[in-house]
Amino acid sequence: MEKKSIEQLESVASQVRRDILRMVHAVQSGHPGASLGCTEFFVALYFDQLNHDSNFKMEGKGEDLFFLSNGHISPVWYSVLARSGYFSPEEMDTFRKLNSRLQGHPATEEGLPGIRIASGSLGQGMSVAIGAAQAKKIDGDGSTVYVLMGDGEQEEGQVWEAAMYAAHWKVDNLIATIDLNRQQIDGPTAEIMDLIDLRAKYESFGWEVIDTLQGNDMKSVVEGLEKAKSLSGKGKPVMNLLHTEMGFGVDFMVGTHKWHGIAPSDEQLADALGQLPETIGDF
Amino acid sequence: MEKTLDLKFNYTEKKDTRSGFGDGLLEAGRKNPNVVGLCADLIGSLKMGAFQKEFPERFFQTGIAEANMMGIAAGMTINGKIPFTGTFANFSTGRVYDQIRQSIAYSGKNVKICASHAGLTLGEDGATHQILEDVGMMKMLPHMTVINPCDYNQTKAATIAIAEYEGPVYLRFGRPSWPIFTDPAQKFEIGKAWKMIEGTDVTIFATGHLVWEAVVAEAILRSEGISAEVINIHTIKPLDEEAILDSVAKTGCAVTAEEHQYNGGLGDSVAQTLARHNPAPVEYVGVNDSFGESGTPTQLLEKYGLNAANIVAAAKKVLARK
Repeated sequence: MEKKSIEQLESVASQVRRDILRMVHAVQSGHPGASLGCTEFFVALYFDQLNHDSNFKMEGKGEDLFFLSNGHISPVWYSVLARSGYFSPEEMDTFRKLNSRLQGHPATEEGLPGIRIASGSLGQGMSVAIGAAQAKKIDGDGSTVYVLMGDGEQEEGQVWEAAMYAAHWKVDNLIATIDLNRQQIDGPTAEIMDLIDLRAKYESFGWEVIDTLQGNDMKSVVEGLEKAKSLSGKGKPVMNLLHTEMGFGVDFMVGTHKWHGIAPSDEQLADALGQLPETIGDF
Repeated sequence: MEKTLDLKFNYTEKKDTRSGFGDGLLEAGRKNPNVVGLCADLIGSLKMGAFQKEFPERFFQTGIAEANMMGIAAGMTINGKIPFTGTFANFSTGRVYDQIRQSIAYSGKNVKICASHAGLTLGEDGATHQILEDVGMMKMLPHMTVINPCDYNQTKAATIAIAEYEGPVYLRFGRPSWPIFTDPAQKFEIGKAWKMIEGTDVTIFATGHLVWEAVVAEAILRSEGISAEVINIHTIKPLDEEAILDSVAKTGCAVTAEEHQYNGGLGDSVAQTLARHNPAPVEYVGVNDSFGESGTPTQLLEKYGLNAANIVAAAKKVLARK
């Protein structure tokens, strides 16, 4: 794929945000908040960083793989998969509807190209990514495996089983990212279950840790992923702490947990779309 | 008692079914380089040491972290590996049910969940470890195959067979030394019940260690003039409904025998099949809604009503209901 400029990536991100809002609005259900907050990350990953093939093969030999552990932000993933050629953008119109391949949470059962594991029940994705990364090592496949988790998800115990394992087994072809928006369903993480210092936690578990402080700035996100890549292959798993704002890109949604799992009304959608240029063409 | 009986199957040696798993895994690993092993700090108990020694690059110690082990196994399938996870049945099922449900069963991943120390015959460790609900939990999951072989040879054959089958499998076996009475060269067919002994009055459907108790029960019944058919249901899901219906069409009643709760076990599966197609009386031999306790396997099977004498009593009871 031809390398895209930051401006081109930003242009894709604007369309992805429109897709997220229009999908969630159409079915009046889904999770727009963290989808919007992770848009730069997904666009940077799929349109710039990943060595991947939209002619989907489950095994993904010789390809970089991505796993979404916090599966509720499926809208952003579906949009990016569709916009990078895994399936037709028109199919986004079926999101969360009966007989759709675009399930509320990502699934393999219906055979949607791009999805390699079901996710949504939190805490499981990093283990799966580690397994995929180790299988690549067995095969001498030098590709990288990426996984995204939520910050609230760090409250799940399995995450720390996986963190311990990845360092012990030197799974250094793994780049994990945490969407550090400091919000979860019931409120700010600091009030619900304080994460305190994730950098210190992962470093003490034996990981290489970087912060991407501007997780909604495309250039910073690309640079963060490049830095993470440069640190991989050196004996340690790599953690990218991606500081984002939930609901980024829509002024009345930004920075609050309130849009975690609710859909905009007709008026709110019109307001939101007015803030996001249609760059590729709505589905 | 066994000595004076005219048994249709005999044994000269006893061995634990988990050793059948360990030896089967080694053979599966030699046949197919995609077979990988994972174990949560129970390599000795699961008899996975020989595989680990021969294939260190394909073996992963996960530490005491079963949830993570299930996820890693699911991830390894993605590029074509065939992971065999090893831990006790308790930690292979209830402890990791949601991981199995989402990352393995719903995702259709080719993971072989290999579970030792199932049931009461775990013995002295007591009820914390004696899982009696695992078959029910696992058979409820769509896409999951559930297998509970009866002795060392059948467990070994089953282990090799599941490596060649594409899809998630729960393989249940145990700790105690147990009679080896099946053919070492047997071909294991997933989902195909094995009619071990023909009979006309009552059918005994048995699984796991209790197949041996059923063999003993058949000889006792025969000595009293009752002709029992013994069918080895090593695969509880998919259930060989045809074999069940064919047999009960002839005998008209059934006893089920398993090292599991009544609820959710083989008995429920057989009763469901009969209720739908040929309502006939069924008696359960199993654990009736209670936890186990410490004791020797023999003592526990006796106290909880799971031995040959209980199968005989159940057969007489069900015959009276015909």
